Amino acid sequence: MAKLTKTHPGKYLVVTALAALLMFASTSGVAAVERSPATADHSKFKALKGPFESASEVTAACLKCHTEAATQIKATTHWTWLYEHQETGQTLGKNKVINSFCGMAVTNEPRCTSCHVGYGWKDMKQPPPEADSAVDCLVCHDTTGDYWKFPTLAGDPTYVPREWPKGSGKMVQPPDLPNIAQNVGASGRANCGSCHFYGGGGDGVKHGDLDSSLVSPDRSLDVHMSPDGANFSCSDCHSTWGHSVSGSRYQVNAKDTLGIDIPGHTDLSRASCESCHGAEPHKKEKLNHHVDKLACQTCHVPAFARGGVPTKMWWDWSTAGKLDENGEPITTYDEAGHVSYLSEKGDFRHGENVVPHYAWFDGTVEYTMVDEQFDIDNPPLEINRLDGEPNDPGSRIWPFKLMRGKQPFDTERKTLLATHVFGADDSSLWSNYDWPKALKFASEESGMPFSGEFDFIETRMYWPITHMVPPADQALRCGSCHSAESRLAGIGGIYMPGHNSNPWLDRIGWLVVALTLAGVVIHALARVVFRRRKQS
Amino acid sequence: MSRVMIFKRFERFWHWFQALLIFSLLITGFEIHGSYSLLHFGDATQLHTIAAWSLIVLWLFAIFWHITTGEWRQYVPTRDGLFAVIHYYLIGTFTGAEHPYRKTSKAKHNPLQRLAYLFFKLVISPIIWVSGLLYLFYNDWPAVLAGALNLETVALVHTAAAFAMLVFIIAHVYMTTMGHTLTSHIKPMVTGYEELDEPAKKP
Repeated sequence: MAKLTKTHPGKYLVVTALAALLMFASTSGVAAVERSPATADHSKFKALKGPFESASEVTAACLKCHTEAATQIKATTHWTWLYEHQETGQTLGKNKVINSFCGMAVTNEPRCTSCHVGYGWKDMKQPPPEADSAVDCLVCHDTTGDYWKFPTLAGDPTYVPREWPKGSGKMVQPPDLPNIAQNVGASGRANCGSCHFYGGGGDGVKHGDLDSSLVSPDRSLDVHMSPDGANFSCSDCHSTWGHSVSGSRYQVNAKDTLGIDIPGHTDLSRASCESCHGAEPHKKEKLNHHVDKLACQTCHVPAFARGGVPTKMWWDWSTAGKLDENGEPITTYDEAGHVSYLSEKGDFRHGENVVPHYAWFDGTVEYTMVDEQFDIDNPPLEINRLDGEPNDPGSRIWPFKLMRGKQPFDTERKTLLATHVFGADDSSLWSNYDWPKALKFASEESGMPFSGEFDFIETRMYWPITHMVPPADQALRCGSCHSAESRLAGIGGIYMPGHNSNPWLDRIGWLVVALTLAGVVIHALARVVFRRRKQS
Repeated sequence: MSRVMIFKRFERFWHWFQALLIFSLLITGFEIHGSYSLLHFGDATQLHTIAAWSLIVLWLFAIFWHITTGEWRQYVPTRDGLFAVIHYYLIGTFTGAEHPYRKTSKAKHNPLQRLAYLFFKLVISPIIWVSGLLYLFYNDWPAVLAGALNLETVALVHTAAAFAMLVFIIAHVYMTTMGHTLTSHIKPMVTGYEELDEPAKKP
């Protein structure tokens, strides 16, 4: 290149211009969202000058102008952690459900409630704190990236230098609250991600399609969220109404028949692909013929955990508690360098670029609640169940992360158990590695019965996959499903050309073809033989 | 001996274009069916669809041609001489017997050919067309049809007819080699002309 510039400067210009053109051409089609400028400069508000003793004082300052914000927040699932399911009648939400990661939030409060959109929820037997100033505005509206809800403080950031992770020697400094308060703005990917990317106890652990790689993803990882793509924030799709965010994992909109959301015509919630792309998004009509049976994500999210962050695929709690000869906890790693055993948590298997599990899904998810009796003789137990079937017009084939593992259950009462894993007391699993003690404490603290007899049962849990959509040319090929080795093998209820066929038709068909060929060959040989005989 | 135009230009065009399309359809069709992987499913499907539409258009022209020229009469079945022809292919061809049928431009197909081609035109092809169009427009089936039929059945019928087509072609191609020489039946389908034999005895 250097030589080129010396000898042919003109040529260099042409090359540069061409390169620029090419770059322009290759990124055209998806334009990054340009945000409308704000009407308020928060650094000009006296109320936000500080000093602030706590984050809660910042909230009080916010509420002086945003008078209804706290009331709005307190009506959302982000605050209540409760969800009344219209279809199943179950009361879900983090307050009630058990999952196959750390079990239940109850009895693990200051740790789990560090992601509550508020401050000071230290006892989940009680509702969240009532004061308006207990609402956390900053976790969603900080734009500096310096605000961080400390993992063990029930929602507050730390106000003194504090070590995290424990034993790492790394100190977390208190945030500069006045600076953060003066720089609030619309929620970005990192805001939502500060909790949703780290569910299950670490980066990427829980969802598989949500991890820190989405803060600034390549186009090939997520064409919508990439700064080189549409540069969407989460709320561009998860549109809000009075601080209530659209899109639910308990009641998924599995088939959005409203299509493109146009003001005055639809509900304006955009948390579905169809909200922007419509019901017939493909140029090839045959592809549009697939949308009645296939969720967009089934082809357009060919694999999850693609951003370099692994997700947990297996978590066996039954092996937790082993200690080395010095009585110290053990950590082991797999070939990829991912943690494969922790004394605190048991055995893990991690996955990257994971091919999803596929199932018919109408959007409704039912949970095995912690007090629900189940058939202990037929594991694996499904922690959540997916409704939907092939002949139901409201169902489509969806991709899921299938989380597997083993977790404790009550062998007498035949129910799952609340688990007390975190806590400064001497009963938590992570402080003394003693399951019976931790389970007994969890029962006493939560009020959920426990016979004292327990064992571990294999469980499964389904997590709908919908993020990490690459550009269309990275979608699945036809042959990914229309082939003998189909991704959808065993899904049932559909005839997939190239995968399904009647074995008897094939046997008879090819036999008749073979017999015809044999007949032809024999006839031809006979002709040759008889001609020779005649000639001789 | 007289040199007679026996396959007109359109007829030859129809025959060879149809042959090309049917071979394409068989190759792509059995790939779509899952018998092997040659072009990848998506491309095979696209090619299959294009070839199918081409063949439909070709057939519309061919039907028009058959009706307007009266050539459809060439396929009216007859038992007269049928068994003599069958006997020839089973035995006579080995013993050196003469083909019992005398071709004329008004009746260029022997009774066995008439039956075979009629079966091709009235049974195999219609089944392929109807099942194929149902297959292609599966998503647009009216409710009445969707309640009575499923894609699996349509695919089964379509594939069965494709096997019949394959068997027909194997037999057909072989039979074309059974003239006086290996190519004497094929040549007229290329040039259009055939030396029609006088019923004279050979030495």
